[in-house]
Order: sequence, then structure tokens, then C-alpha cells
Amino acid sequence: MALVEIRDVDKSFQRDSERIEVFAGLSLDIDEESYTALMGPSGSGKSTLLNLIAGLDRPTRGTVRVAGAEVSSMSPGQLASWRASHIGFVFQQLNLLPVLTAYQNVELPLLLTRLSRKERDARIRIALGVVGLDDRLFHYPRQLSGGQEQRVAIARAIVADPTLVLLDEPTGQLDAKSSQDVLALLRRLNEEFGKTIIIVTHDARAADSARTVLHLEKGTLIEREGAAR
Amino acid sequence: MKFLHLVVANLGRHKRRTFLTTASVALALFLFASLRTVVTTLRAAAQFGSARRLVSTNATGIVFPLPLSYANKLRTVPGVGAVSWANWFGGKYGDNKRFFAQFAVDPESYLDMYPEISLPEDQKQAFFRERSAAIIGRRLVDVFGWRLGQDVTIQGTIFPGDWTFTVRGIYTPTDKSINDDMLLFRHDYFEERLGRPGVAGWYVVRIDDANQAGQIAKAIDDQFRNSNAATKTGTEQAFNASFATMWGNVSLLMGTIGMAVVFAILLVTANAMMMSARERTREVAVLKTIGYSDRTLFGLVMLEAGLIALTGALVGLGGAKLLYRATNFNAGGFLPGFDVTLDTLLLGAGVALVLMLASGLVPAVQAARLPVVQALRRVE
Repeated sequence: MALVEIRDVDKSFQRDSERIEVFAGLSLDIDEESYTALMGPSGSGKSTLLNLIAGLDRPTRGTVRVAGAEVSSMSPGQLASWRASHIGFVFQQLNLLPVLTAYQNVELPLLLTRLSRKERDARIRIALGVVGLDDRLFHYPRQLSGGQEQRVAIARAIVADPTLVLLDEPTGQLDAKSSQDVLALLRRLNEEFGKTIIIVTHDARAADSARTVLHLEKGTLIEREGAAR
Repeated sequence: MKFLHLVVANLGRHKRRTFLTTASVALALFLFASLRTVVTTLRAAAQFGSARRLVSTNATGIVFPLPLSYANKLRTVPGVGAVSWANWFGGKYGDNKRFFAQFAVDPESYLDMYPEISLPEDQKQAFFRERSAAIIGRRLVDVFGWRLGQDVTIQGTIFPGDWTFTVRGIYTPTDKSINDDMLLFRHDYFEERLGRPGVAGWYVVRIDDANQAGQIAKAIDDQFRNSNAATKTGTEQAFNASFATMWGNVSLLMGTIGMAVVFAILLVTANAMMMSARERTREVAVLKTIGYSDRTLFGLVMLEAGLIALTGALVGLGGAKLLYRATNFNAGGFLPGFDVTLDTLLLGAGVALVLMLASGLVPAVQAARLPVVQALRRVE
């Protein structure tokens, strides 16, 4: 069953006097509980696609539906509240607020919920336990390695139990060992916890860890590998 | 409240900057409270005065004396119940680092005229009996450690020489508009030392009916109009107000300086808040990605500005209130009853609120309106 439905999406940007077309009539389905890697050269529209799915950006034309909700037509207020409960997002770097501990960073999405302090505490400890950082609860980002920072960001992305976890080049700044740890974690989240994951990456190893790989070039889906329809 | 730790953590990001910004707000509000209290104290002093007391001074100017013989003539004016007189002495004590006012007064009539000057009966009688006796305000006991029976030598400036008085009484004002750091000594001793010139600096007249003040003042002035020393009589309030106006348009000056200080600090605070918000563009974008709404982010930034303004207000306004009260400050006797009023505190709180709105609004709106995708791209 498709969790993400993208239909006839056009997306263009205005840069100075130049109009840049990113997508023209893009359609795509991504299944529930799938683990999809989006690959392609720079400027192919990978990150833009991720932003459209997360409701961070709007298509020029067409519709984006996630879990039955039409993201592309929501108001900014609706989008914020929808993102809080449906989307977990991880960036390449600078994910964490440097003034907060790992625990407090992971708590951020839960502050938007009605959970009690005790319930929040339980969830934070579970999330940080899942990413293997239950011994780093009160460390600040500056006290963590790059790989650990990304794992805290992943814990934050999953702590509110979102419908979809989106990652934009999560291993782009990591060494081989840390990349491996992060990718193993993502695989586990997908296989053990049934999380639907979409990852944008240039890294072939990262793509290998996904069950489906989509290749984008100049805004066009040119190849599918794996189990995607 | 659950976001409070996030706000506090953000304020702790640049501790020195937050401290300096908060200190600026505190200082601005301290100055605001201080300057406004000068104005309110002067206004209160100008409004102080019994409706039943008139003051007669030399029409040429207050520095010119009046003949002592006027006392009996004043008593004959219809409606006048009692007459007293006083002279400004203007001496200095010790190294003169601490100024206080000294007046030569007619003891019995003066203390009868001013029941607000309260002292024990035995001390009052001692003052009436002994020619070189003086009574002092309680504050002078605190400042100089003077005690009853002690001889105090004041160096005359207008009236040269060393003037030694024996402290026979310590008074406590029952009204805050009466200075608690005056030295009052006997006018007959003053006269005697000066070779009996027979002069008084001004007269104070108690009238039977406050509604008749205008007519009685006119009757007094009419009586002396063609004499060598014509009088100018007015209510005690007007007399006090004339002292206040000797400072020039202090209210306007103080008010202008106060507002200029607040405005300057407002710019500093607004700049610090905007700088802080600019540095966090990426973080605001991350929070939006997590699901923080524009309204929540607006509130968080305003809360930051609010905490700075609130802390600054508590320190600045509270500090002014407590400091002046604890030190019993009265500007060396020029501003009796100097106390930060509730009105000033409320107005200061209003200024703090404006400060919060003005310094927080721009960065808060910027944070709320920040387009996430552009913000993320800009930083990356």
C-alpha cells in the first residue's frame, strides 16, 4: 500500500531572472514500511522531493499525499502540526541544538504533544536506547562524535513515532565506521520497527542498505531497483 | 512552561552577552526610576504645605531679610492665629562632605507652628531653656553619630565664625516632606552672636481659616507695601514650589534624559536580540522541520525578550526601590522623602514591557516567517 503518493508534480524555482524547472509531471508511489534510497547527481531534485514530501516546500502543480493527507494543500499551521506527528527529519549535519543535551534535543518533538513529563522521559530513554546512546543522555552535541550526533538526530526523528522518517544525506559527513553504524540503525528501524524510511544519498553503501533505490536525473525518475513498484 | 528550559538554554548560549543585555535593561530602568523619583519628589515637595500656613518673604528676594519687628505687626492682621520666623544659616560641619541644612528658629513658636517636627517633651523643654541648644534630625545621628548633650561646632559661611551648639533634642518627622537631617537652633542665640541686627529670613503665619488665605496674604503685603522691606506672602505650598522651580525645568530635563537613556538601551537590546536570532537561523529551520509552528517560534523568541526585560526590570526597579529605602537617600537633604513610588514602579514595568515588545518583535517575526527550505539551503 502506498504511503506516499506523488501525482503530476511540477516544481520550479525562480533564481534571479532565471526560472529553474526541477520536476515536470513527476509521479511516484512509496510503500508503507519500505526503505527507499533516492540517488542522483547534484541538482537532480532529490532534496526538493524530500522537502515536498515533508511539507517543507510546495509543488508548483500537482499533489503530494502522505498517509492519505494532501500535504500540498495544507496551510502553514496545519503543516506544522502534521509534521509534528507524521514526519521525522534528519539532515546531513547541524541537526542538533548545541545548547541542549542529547536528552533535551530528543525531547523537542515531544514538547509539541500532550504527553506528561514522565511519558516523555520514558519515550526519550527508549529512543536513545534504540540508537545505542542511553549512556549519553546528558551529553551536549559538542561532547559527541559526528556519528553519535546523527544517531541522536535519528532518535529525535523517531521519538514521536512518526509515519515517515526522512533523511537528507545522513552519512555525508561521517567516517566509514560511523556511516556503517547509522546505516545499520536505519535498517533495524525499518526491519524491526517497521518504520517507513526515505533517504537521500550520494553514498552507494547507503543506497545498498535500502530495499528500494530510485535514481533521479534532472527531475525525472529514470530507474528503480529493488522492491518498489 | 515546558518550553521554558529551551528559552533559558538559548539565553545561556552567550552568557556574557545575555548578562550585559540584561544589565543594560536593569541600568536603564534603575536610571529611569531614579530620575523619575527626583521629579516626583520635587513635585511632592511643591505640593507639600499646610493650607493653614502662609509664608512671608522679602518682596525683593528670599535672600533679603525682614525686620524682626514685623512679628508683632503680623499678629495683628485679622485672621492670623500664630507667627513664627526662621533664618537660613548655611554653615558647614567638619570636612563638609555631608551637607545638611541649619536654620535659626524661634523655638516655641516654630515647634508650635510645625507639629510635624516631633520630639520628646523633656528635649523640647531643654531646647526652650538653653540658649545654645540645638535639635537635630534623626538622620544626623546616623550620619555623624551625634548624641544628646554633645557639643557640635558648625563653621559659618554666610555668618562667619565657629558656632557651637549643644544637642538637646533629636526629632523625628511625622511627615516625609519634613527633612530628617536639619539642625535647628535658637534664633535669639543667632541674634546675640550677630550683635542683634533684628532680622528674620522669613515669617511663617498660621491662619484661622484656609479659605481666607488670599485675603490675609494681601492684607499682610498691604501692611508693609510702603515700608523699607515690602513683603511677598503666599501659601506654604507656593513657597515650597518656588524652591522646586529654583532647579529650573527639572521635570522636563529629567524626563528627557530618562527617555533618552531608555531609548538608547532599547536599541542595544534590540540589536542583541536580532543578532542572537540571526545566529540561530539554522536552528529555527530545524525546529520548523520538527513541527514547531510559526506561532510557537514567535512566542519562544518573545519569551526570551520577556525574560531579559523581566529580569532587568526586577533588578533595576527593585534595586532602585530597595537601595534608596535602605540608604534613606535624600540627596543631602535637597530631596526629602525620596522614595520610588508605586506609580514609578508601574510606569517602569510598562517601559520594560515596551522594551520587550520593541526588542523582541522584529526577531520574533523573522523567526516565524523564516522560509525553511531557503534557510536550510542558505546555511548549507
